[in-house]
Formats: sequence, C-alpha cells, structure tokens
Amino acid sequence: MYDRTIAELSSALSRRECSSVELTQATLAAIEQASGLNAFITITAEQALAEAEAADARRADGEAGPLTGVPIAHKDIFCTEGVRTSCGSRMLDTFVPPYDAFVVEQLRAAGAVMVGKTNMDEFAMGSSNETSWYGPARNPWDPTTVPGGSSGGSAAAVAARLVPAATGTDTGGSIRQPAALTGISGLKPTYGRISRYGMIAFASSLDQAGPMATTAEDLALMLGAMAGFDERDSTCVDQSVPNYHGLLAEHGLKGLRIGLPREYFNTEGVDPEVASAIETAVAAMEAAGAQLKEISLPNTELAVPVYYVIAPAEASSNLSRFDGVRYGHRCSDPVDLEDLYKRSRGEGFGEEVKRRIMVGTYALSAGYYDAYYLKAQQVRRMIRDDFARAFDEVDVIAGPTAPTTAFGLGAKADDPVQMYLSDIFTIAVNLAGLPALSIPAGFGGGKPIGLQLIGNYFDEARLLGAAHGYQQITDWHMQRPSLEG
Amino acid sequence: MSIDAAEVAKIAHLARLAVTEADGETHARNLSSILAFVERLSEVDTSGVEPLAHPLEMTQRLRRDVVSEVDQRERFQALAPATADGHYLVPRVIE
Repeated sequence: MYDRTIAELSSALSRRECSSVELTQATLAAIEQASGLNAFITITAEQALAEAEAADARRADGEAGPLTGVPIAHKDIFCTEGVRTSCGSRMLDTFVPPYDAFVVEQLRAAGAVMVGKTNMDEFAMGSSNETSWYGPARNPWDPTTVPGGSSGGSAAAVAARLVPAATGTDTGGSIRQPAALTGISGLKPTYGRISRYGMIAFASSLDQAGPMATTAEDLALMLGAMAGFDERDSTCVDQSVPNYHGLLAEHGLKGLRIGLPREYFNTEGVDPEVASAIETAVAAMEAAGAQLKEISLPNTELAVPVYYVIAPAEASSNLSRFDGVRYGHRCSDPVDLEDLYKRSRGEGFGEEVKRRIMVGTYALSAGYYDAYYLKAQQVRRMIRDDFARAFDEVDVIAGPTAPTTAFGLGAKADDPVQMYLSDIFTIAVNLAGLPALSIPAGFGGGKPIGLQLIGNYFDEARLLGAAHGYQQITDWHMQRPSLEG
Repeated sequence: MSIDAAEVAKIAHLARLAVTEADGETHARNLSSILAFVERLSEVDTSGVEPLAHPLEMTQRLRRDVVSEVDQRERFQALAPATADGHYLVPRVIE
C-alpha cells in the first residue's frame, strides 16, 4: 500500500482504505528493509507515528488537505527542531537545531508526516552522494552505482518507493541530476520561490529548495505546500503561489513551443543512449502537439567554469560560520584560538568541502578577485542573457538532464573536474535563477535517463503541466527498480 | 595557474583549515587542475558586461532597525561545545 503516489495515497486516506498510522508503519518497515541503500541518515519513527496520529485526527475532523497523513522525508540540510540535522558532515554530527526550516514548517502545516532525514553529499557539495560523512547512498536500480547528488538519499528513497516524495535542494543540479539517475521526477523552482530559512547555506546566490517525487502531479502538490513568502529569508520573492495542481491540465503539450539548444544535442561527452532517448522523448511531445524549434545557448560551455568560481567563493564565506565555538564540531585540547579554529574545521570538514573552501578563498583573495570572481559574474550575465533571448521565441527548453546514466561508486571520486562535468546541463539554470525539472524518459543499459525541461522565471505551472502531459503519454515514470534483500 | 604545497598552506591558513603535509600535496594537485579548468574564463571577452550578482537582479529588502528577536540565549548556548555564565568559552586570548 505504501508504495503509491501522493495523489493515490491521499485518495486512499480520504476513502478510509487505510489510516496514516498504518501507512506510516508500513513506510517505516520498508525503510528498515531497504537499509542497504543508506538513503537515510536519521529515521524519526516515534515522531512520525505521533504526527500520523494527529493527521488521522485531522482527517476525521474533515480538515485534511492532499498531503495530510502522507509520509515524506526531508533532506538532512533542512533544520528540524529537536531532530539532528547533519548536512552530511561530521561538523554537524551532533547538531540538534532549535528551530524548523520554513519548508519543514510548511509541510508540517499541510499535514505531511516526516519519517526521517535523507543522506546527502557533505554540505550539498557533490554529484554522487559519495562525500557524505555517513557513507554513500546507493542507486536502487543498481547498488554498485551512485544515486547522483547532492540530494542522493532523497532520490534513492523515492526511487525505491520508500516514500512518495522527499525534499531536496539544488545549487548546481542537486535535485535534477539525482532525479535523472534514479528515474524519478524532481523540480528546482525559480530562485526565491521558496524561503530558504533554516536551509543550511552552501552558495547563497544559487541555492533553492524543491520537491522530488515519482510524478509531475506529485511535484505540483508538494510545490504548492512548500512555496511561499517568508520575511526571514531576505532573498525570497513576495509572489502569490498559484494552484499548481489545479493548473496541470491547463498547461499541456498542445501548442507548447519547445526550444532545443544545439549545444545540448550532438555534444561530445553525451552518451549515445542518452541522446537517443531524449530525441525520442522530444519527438513524442511533438506528436502530442508541441512545436519544436532549434535554438542556441552559445555560452553553455562556460557554465561549469563560472559555477566553480562563484559557488566555492560563496561557500568559503558561508562556511566560515563553523568555528568550533558556537555549535558544531570542536577539536579537543586547543592550545590557542587559531588552533581551535583550524583543527575544528580541519577535522569537521571532509576533503571535497575543504577543497571548495580553498578554491573560494583563493578566488576571493587580494590580487585575484577581479580575475576570478568578477570575471565569473560577468560571464554569468552572458549565460543568463542567452536564456532571456531564447525565451523570446520558446516557452520551455528541453535537453538531457545529465550526460550519462548512473556511474559506478568510486568511478569519478579521484577526479574533481570530471565529477563537476556531470552537472554540465543543470548548472547554467542555477546561474540564471530559472526553474527546471527532470523527468524519466527512458533507459540505457537498464539505468534511467532524465529529460530536463527549463522554464522562464516563475513559470513552474507551465513546466509542471508539460511534464504532466508527457507522463500522460508515456510510462517511464511508472517503472520501478526491483529491490532485493 | 599552478598551485604548490606552500601555496596550499597559505590558502589553508587564510581559510583557517588544518591541512597535513601529505594532504597538502593532493590539494595542490586538485586545486591546480580546478584552476586550470576555470582558467578558460580569462579568454572570454567581457568588456562592457556588468557583473551579475543576483539572478533576478533584485535588491534585498530592508526592515526597520528594531529588535525582532526574543532573547533565547540559553536555548542557543545549549548547542555550544563550551559555555559558562552565558559566555562562549575559547582558549585564552589575552594574557
């Protein structure tokens, strides 16, 4: 029963076919059985059952919304009052936040039941979930491969149908790339669409929270609950939240103008199986009434270099708060204040995090600022302007989410630049602040392939409608891995 | 731009990160390859292009300069590794 979509569970709950307590118990048992995936860092069984009981009471009182009583999981980057929030790092291994993140508050208010906190790359820095202090989460389609990252635990949990939906965050592709690699749907909303209050910061001009689920319909239900204005995040945008779920049918594929950037197709480094699946997907959308148009995003190749200046620079500043004094890991027996800072941070952070802090420190240091950070911000504008020109002619932009299917554990661990290139199609979207989603669009060698759709600012409803339209004519999103042992 | 172990030590000091000598070599190699990778930005003609700091080019909201938080010192200090009498404890700074 537990392994259904939110829409299905919601209607089962409202027809009293099961209670939220029963559903939550089944979910917790499934998570336990799939512990080999290492999808969760913390399981909150007791709290979940209490929340489920409260949800059942709400339903009995006739006060239920679509998410009331539905089990979900939160990426361990969102602060949860009274529940350890590690961000995948030894630095925060014992950190128990004194407050809830906005997203956590919103989903709780909607009645969703949190069953646990999911695994992730340390401080969201990674594309494979291998930088987690708690060990890598595994891809349910093939446990010898990675689930992608950084929201790898959320992706693995949803792909294995342990929970119908989970939260994620996306700074350079951290929702969309793992969604693609595990065969689920994931949405990165417009920058500022969802308050980041209580979401541990990585790169503040890029970070955005979003939902991960099996269908576009469920993404719409989740986004409707997660989005909203909150004055505690000075970068979130005060715009009304449309009824994303209600608008699904209004924005179909018929008449949709889809741009196909020539830089995303026939590109070196894209698996032939990925390229052919995306071409088939696009052809199916055309057959359903969409209009295809070749476009150009000429600065595509520069997105990854720009990102690897801007994101580390912002990270080096954001992560300076971890000082061993106020919260987080503190080294033992520091001899002086400098020793306290250096060893607490040296012991608390893993290699990839240290690497990025150092790249950022270097890029921002005197004498290098103009050559790196300022230059990267200039090229960032050029990349954004490419998209603005494209959206004069088309409604959405389509292409592969990731250049390959899931790669093996350890395959790219020793080569940071190769790892960074797995985000080549997702990163530009964060630089421009646009919304984009990834949906399942086929298989290569038995491993899922993701189709990315990029939309204009605050055009999530159109993106979700297009994805929903595609899922009405295909069944890739319904394929599920067979779990053994 | 190539970075050597001595340079890594300097950057690590600026970032207040303890890095062992052995790790210093690995970091030097990785940082060099990352910097070589981003180096291609220097070839791009950006004359006359305004730097973009915020994707939506919005300015941050301001609020009135009044107290908006209640005092929760005890709650927050409960998270700290070492406190006494409402203070955070660090090694002696002034002799």
